Amino acid sequence: MQQRRSLLSIPASLLFLLPAGVFVFIFIILPFFWIAAVSFTNRTLTGRTAVDPEYVGLANYLRLFDPDRFLRSGEFGASLVITGQFVFFSAIVGQVLLGLLLAWFFFNRKGWVRETVQTLAILAWIMPDVVVAFAWFAFLDRDAGTLNQILSTLGIGKPDWLINLPLVSVIIFNTWRGTAFSMLLFTSAFGSIPPSHLETAAVAGANTWQRLRDIILPLIRTHIITDLILITLWTFNTFTPFLLTGGGPAFQTELVSIFTYRTAFKFFRFGQGSAVGMIMMLINLVFAIFYLFLLRRQQVKL
Amino acid sequence: MLRKFRNLLVTLAALLVFAVPALAQTQLAITCRCVADGVNSAQVQWLNEFVIPEFEKMMADQGNPVEVQLIEFGGSDEGLKEQYALDLSVGAGADVLGFDGFWIPEFVSANLLKPLDELAGGEVNDWEGWNRISLGLQELMGVEGKRYGIALGTDSRMIFYRKDMFREAGVRQWWAWQPRSWADVLEAARMIKETFPDAAVLQLNAGTAMGEATTMQGYFMVLLGTGEHMVTEDGKWIVRSPGILDALNFYKQVYVDENLGDARVQLLQDGRNRSFANFRDGNTAMLVEGDWFYRSVTAPGKEFAVTDRDVNMGWAAMPAKAPGEGLRGQDFVSISGGTGFVLNPNTTSPQEAWELLAFMNSQEALMAFQGIQPRIRVRDDVPVPENAFLTTTAQALLPLSTARPLAGIYPEVSFQAQLMTERVVSGEMSPEEAMNAYAEAVTELVGADNVIDLMP
Repeated sequence: MQQRRSLLSIPASLLFLLPAGVFVFIFIILPFFWIAAVSFTNRTLTGRTAVDPEYVGLANYLRLFDPDRFLRSGEFGASLVITGQFVFFSAIVGQVLLGLLLAWFFFNRKGWVRETVQTLAILAWIMPDVVVAFAWFAFLDRDAGTLNQILSTLGIGKPDWLINLPLVSVIIFNTWRGTAFSMLLFTSAFGSIPPSHLETAAVAGANTWQRLRDIILPLIRTHIITDLILITLWTFNTFTPFLLTGGGPAFQTELVSIFTYRTAFKFFRFGQGSAVGMIMMLINLVFAIFYLFLLRRQQVKL
Repeated sequence: MLRKFRNLLVTLAALLVFAVPALAQTQLAITCRCVADGVNSAQVQWLNEFVIPEFEKMMADQGNPVEVQLIEFGGSDEGLKEQYALDLSVGAGADVLGFDGFWIPEFVSANLLKPLDELAGGEVNDWEGWNRISLGLQELMGVEGKRYGIALGTDSRMIFYRKDMFREAGVRQWWAWQPRSWADVLEAARMIKETFPDAAVLQLNAGTAMGEATTMQGYFMVLLGTGEHMVTEDGKWIVRSPGILDALNFYKQVYVDENLGDARVQLLQDGRNRSFANFRDGNTAMLVEGDWFYRSVTAPGKEFAVTDRDVNMGWAAMPAKAPGEGLRGQDFVSISGGTGFVLNPNTTSPQEAWELLAFMNSQEALMAFQGIQPRIRVRDDVPVPENAFLTTTAQALLPLSTARPLAGIYPEVSFQAQLMTERVVSGEMSPEEAMNAYAEAVTELVGADNVIDLMP
């Protein structure tokens, strides 16, 4: 068979690529190298080192990983641990699992319950961050918040969410915020499963759990991996909890994104901030490579 | 086709005719942390009703028409500072900037600000106003003898208290209460706590969420009461000392041991507004703040207005730990800061920007401001109108007052001080542990040669 001829000659296609290439270079590649370079200096925005930053070698990185303080509250290691908990509970357990369960629960069902739940979940997902954070701040208030009104009516008491349970609060918040995405993705994934598979299984006497485990999950495995990649990366980098707790009290909700912000912008220490940024990028890269590896292996097997 | 082309030409010509005069006029912009009907609304009123129209009229009469635009910034002080640092570093921003004096050193060492005379020429030094502003007040907006802006005024800090709550709790001399020591403050707080068990009786700012308001209205007000400052006379940062420990123990006593204040308010993101609301609602009986709290926050018609303020609200000087143990051996302590306006070095019309700044600080303009919101002004030819509160507090407190260290690194040290108080009031650390963490962090900031340990 004759190979399909490209519509454009190679020089012409390069010409078409050029404008996009220039933008990518100026706004992505150049800043990347700039940040990498700044991370080896003590550059700041204000103060003496704004005028003549000095090359400090690996000092910014060594400071981040200084074993004496690594795990102390308000330091990089502690922030990584908090982020790990946050990602595990709000992204993997919260958004992905809850999204999967919701999609599974409403699979092949119709009616107002499904419509209402899906609409509410999507609403939570599409509202602007600041609006949502403001609403949750009011919702979680100890004395006047809706949540505690409900809980105290039920006789459960009035926990002080943002002070005594700050991490739990932002985990619940982030789960609420982002479950819609996983739910939608899994709903469409379920739609792609040939009905005959499930009907055959039903005839063979498979129960609900067996159908989920042996038919549905294997068939939507790539969807699950894609969802995991996206949700993990998004959650790892999310900044919205800052609007609820500001990273506090006493750094208890200081996610790495907030740590980066505090390092780089609270006192404009761009050198140190860039170093944190570089580390965060490497972590993101490791996540992405790991998931892509899983994805590729899966495709080969199919 | 031809007609279309002709139409285009006519439109272009018309645009040019209208655009040229507009371009010829000088455009100036002012930014301040002020919002109509919001924070510092009196400043908006003054700028919009007096300064801008009168200045535009004056310049038009001189044949140099100018158009001035006010940009209202509604965020926090920290947010505004961040905005300025980013704006100035890329050559942007309004021509005249509302600025807190203590930000100036770090901006100057980064070349983000220029002295007024370097920017607008030697005529700046001939301005008549300099003879009317004392050197001390000129230094509020200056570094090393160079002037970068002009302060709008200065302030002092004290305890505001609710006379109605004091009377109900039976505090002695509730109508003119004046504690002589920290013990007096705590005693009054305990009495009120008995009458109002749910009240957050005493508000002494702590924690990082309140930012500089914690350092100035909280930490400094107790630290100065122990006879210490943040730096020694020869400029060394005190990182461990009996004074720091006493200050932290006072916090601990108030927020942790005796629950005389509400530690939550210190930790929440909107804590400062909550503390104001508590005072307004008669849920807090003592609150340490600057005279801004009287001038602006609790003024009639404002969000946190105190009903029948003249009857219900009083003030007392902040006592030292014990009589004679305060800074310089004083019985009472206070600290002052100053906000004002600076010129943006990137302005395209430095002359006009300076003329605007000078006009804002003319006797005429400041007199107009007194009509809107009376305050101690920097010019000695602008008297304070009949206002017992301002006159007496200024007379009593300004001589006792001190200022923050003038150093570019100060804001970062200040953050560490806020963090130190947060660690104590949240119960995360004991005062000793918090002080040691502070010592370590400050030593790293300023270098081991620039710190001093005063612990015996």
